[in-house]
Amino acid sequence: MSEENKNLTAEKPYWNPYISGVGLGLVLLLAFVIMGRGLGASGAFSSLVVTVENAVAPAHVQANEHLAGYFEGGANPMKDWLVFEVIGVITGGFISGILAGRVKKGIYRGPNFSDKKRLIFAFAGGALMGFGAKLARGCTSGQALTGGALLNLGSWAFMLCVFAGAYALAYFLRRQWT
Amino acid sequence: MNAPFFKYGMFGDNVGLVMAFVIGIGFGFFLERAGFGNGKKLAMQFYFRDMTVLKVMFTAIVTAMLGVYYLSVFGVLDLSMVYLVPTNILPQVAGGLILGFGFVIGGYCPGTSCVSAATGKFDGMIYLMGVVVGIFVFGEMYPLVGNFYNATPMGQITVAEWANIPYGILVFAVVLMALGGFAASEWAEKINAGKEGSVITKRTEA
Repeated sequence: MSEENKNLTAEKPYWNPYISGVGLGLVLLLAFVIMGRGLGASGAFSSLVVTVENAVAPAHVQANEHLAGYFEGGANPMKDWLVFEVIGVITGGFISGILAGRVKKGIYRGPNFSDKKRLIFAFAGGALMGFGAKLARGCTSGQALTGGALLNLGSWAFMLCVFAGAYALAYFLRRQWT
Repeated sequence: MNAPFFKYGMFGDNVGLVMAFVIGIGFGFFLERAGFGNGKKLAMQFYFRDMTVLKVMFTAIVTAMLGVYYLSVFGVLDLSMVYLVPTNILPQVAGGLILGFGFVIGGYCPGTSCVSAATGKFDGMIYLMGVVVGIFVFGEMYPLVGNFYNATPMGQITVAEWANIPYGILVFAVVLMALGGFAASEWAEKINAGKEGSVITKRTEA
């Protein structure tokens, strides 16, 4: 690839965080005004999990109070606000990435960490996050961002704990990132 | 004009799902613009080298909070009709800590990993698989953890109601706190300039 072509496919810099933040805040405000509810992410994956479980083992789902709740009154958990919103998130992330030349195969990690170890850590972190988000009734989107803007008590307690937990463990994970 | 539009019956469920998709596009777009598809950039928050997470999150919170506050003061938005997730304080504290561990171990949260995966990053895709497994495990363990999940219920409650502070005063306090956080963030980034993963790549001689 010539130097010129390299420049054409070069990644553009990220936007100023305060500008991105205002954009994100306006999207959240729009959700409040239009729908009367905020944003989310983990809830869509809950819908996906219970839908698959119900297709494979419906009796098992019915025996579990929490899982059965998703189908109460003949509801379809995939016909849900968060499911469609997350499909939008993936689409919007892809659009932004394409426009900025950032859609490329890769793995983000520190320079002294192997790809394989990084992927194991990504999986473990995701599993903890999935479990924690269920316990907390939402993740960084549904609780910290949405509840934060609504001054929701549980959301603020949650948000402080997310930062506390991450900072408490950061030292032990420095080899992965730095 | 009466908002929230959906709650006032301006459109039905199916149009609501289309709205969800459109609003989601905006959400994903700005997450990606901010650099939140990059797990290393996100993790650098926890080493005080790139404070983008805090800056973006609190700018967004302040923007939406002020918007909601003024729209409700001027009678456009009925805040009591905006859904507030009920508080169960202990499971939320525990869940928050677990989430924090997952954030620095995995490098993402669920929303940001969607953007990472959508831009072709394998760590984001694997992370999402982890999220699905974690959610599955919680569901299967519900008979064991259900009691704790439902413990310490406080209902739908804001910090203002809980601390008995007028809503407007609390809004003002959060704005001040955010501004303080931004100033501290800029300072931290300067201190750590030039280190691996820092947002300021070169240390400038003062």
